[in-house]
Amino acid sequence: MRNATLRKGPTLMPEPVDAIVEVRGVSKSYGNVEALRGIDLDFPRGKLTSLLGPSGCGKTTLLKIIAGLVNADAGTISVNGRTVSKPGPERAFVFQDFALLPWATVLRNVAFGLELRGKAAAEREKIARHYIGEVGLAGFEDKYPHELSGGMRQRVGLARALSVDADVLLLDEPFSAVDEQNRRKFQEDLIRLRTTQNKTFIFVTHSIEEAVYISDRIVLLSPRPGRISQIIEPEIDRSVDPDRIHRDKHYLDTVEEIWQGLKQYVD
Amino acid sequence: MTIFGYRIPMMASLLVWCVAWEIVGRLDLMIMVPPFSEVLRAAVDLVQTPSWQSATVTTLRAFAIGMALSIVVGVPLGILMGRIKLADELLGMWVSIFSSAPLSALVPVLMILFGFGEKTIIAAVFLFAIWIIVLDTRAGVRHISPSLIEMAKSYGATKRALYVKIILWAALPEILAGIRLGLIRGVKGVVIGQLLVAIVGYGALFETFSRNFRMAEFWALTIILFAFALLISELIERLEAKVEFYAGAR
Ligand SMILES: Nc1ncnc2c1ncn2[C@@H]1O[C@H](COP(=O)(O)OP(=O)(O)OP(=O)(O)O)[C@@H](O)[C@H]1O
Ligand SMILES: [Mg+2]
Repeated sequence: MRNATLRKGPTLMPEPVDAIVEVRGVSKSYGNVEALRGIDLDFPRGKLTSLLGPSGCGKTTLLKIIAGLVNADAGTISVNGRTVSKPGPERAFVFQDFALLPWATVLRNVAFGLELRGKAAAEREKIARHYIGEVGLAGFEDKYPHELSGGMRQRVGLARALSVDADVLLLDEPFSAVDEQNRRKFQEDLIRLRTTQNKTFIFVTHSIEEAVYISDRIVLLSPRPGRISQIIEPEIDRSVDPDRIHRDKHYLDTVEEIWQGLKQYVD
Repeated sequence: MTIFGYRIPMMASLLVWCVAWEIVGRLDLMIMVPPFSEVLRAAVDLVQTPSWQSATVTTLRAFAIGMALSIVVGVPLGILMGRIKLADELLGMWVSIFSSAPLSALVPVLMILFGFGEKTIIAAVFLFAIWIIVLDTRAGVRHISPSLIEMAKSYGATKRALYVKIILWAALPEILAGIRLGLIRGVKGVVIGQLLVAIVGYGALFETFSRNFRMAEFWALTIILFAFALLISELIERLEAKVEFYAGAR
């Protein structure tokens, strides 16, 4: 196993990468609360990048700006080289509180993104069924969200995002409302999906272990106003047994290193 | 054991009151209170008379039209107020004034505006029913989880889809609660309207019965009205329970 590549400094970028999402000079304030200041960031195509930082540092804000759900005060977002300011079909969002329709079945919920985009019923249900299987929910198509556990509901949210075939998946603390056992299972599934689906994932979390476990790249944000304090690329071999990763020395060292960096912000 | 979905104790207590009524009636204390059995007999006779049947049709029609209008106007108005701050600030004050004002006092004004006829009754139903529908719809729209709206936007929902596929459904439990309360208020509206106009539907019947001291028929008509109001509220409650079930996970 190789060493973690560590890059310090706010704007320093690694060797040229094929960036699918480029964030340039993004700032955002809510009234007199400055949430983000001068964010410059590239998200490499096909990788899973985590945004990690203390509570309130603007992770959700940055993710929603990338999604086009929140307008930045300054700066630009480009996806596939094109500047965007609104939601678009090349991005799909997975919500912290799942954001499922309580009155619709799993099948309709998963197909809902396609429904909104005007796909015919038969076709969108076929696609939805495929992704319901893909996230391990086969057999639950006709259940309603309130009949599912938190972990299963988030799988519905993930299947919905996968169904629309976006290039970039934006996930805002998708596991925070999921119990510990399910979270571990879900993280493993996400690692598997990342390799099979050939998509770019941008993942917000405030769990260091989670970030190191699943990410190709971790962007550490400083507390408000959020700025980039560090970029870490934990090069962990994920083809091995998941339980071994958690005991891997390199994994544990990286977690420790990030903790040392973040410790100063915690009182 | 249950009868028609009601547990026996309630039926039993109702029975006690009927017996009490019967006894008071038999004692001949007041001309106002004939025995209950006589009222029942009057009710059976009453529903067979053409005058009751046509009064019922008139009443139901005025009620239905008034309710339909207040739902068709009230729900969109409530959604508008729930979504758009300006609309809420402009209309909020009036809606809350009207929803708690003694509206019976306004029925004579309606008579001046709409004349002594069905139009006034319809207007009375509308006036009584609409405000609670507006208020509950507004509350329902306000309570929609912001992430549901963001979800729709992030998947490219059109304005129309946002309202038709998300907002209307997410607020449905509150909208139905508003409609149920509106129906009960609408019954009040139709009764008060007819009593004041007194030449239409049940109002005309009440007028005849009370002027001629036909108390058994008077009470029979009252009981029929009460039963009607209860039935409507019960039906809507059933529907609500179903919707509540789907909305359970909110
Ligand atoms: N709609 C809003 N109105 C006002 N202030 C907001 C709004 N959204 C976020 N903020 C503020 O902006 C700052 C950043 O919020 P954000 O939700 O992006 O942080 P976060 O890193 O996602 O935090 P958490 O880990 O708690 O989810 C916080 O101080 C928050 O209070
Ligand atoms: Mg957040």
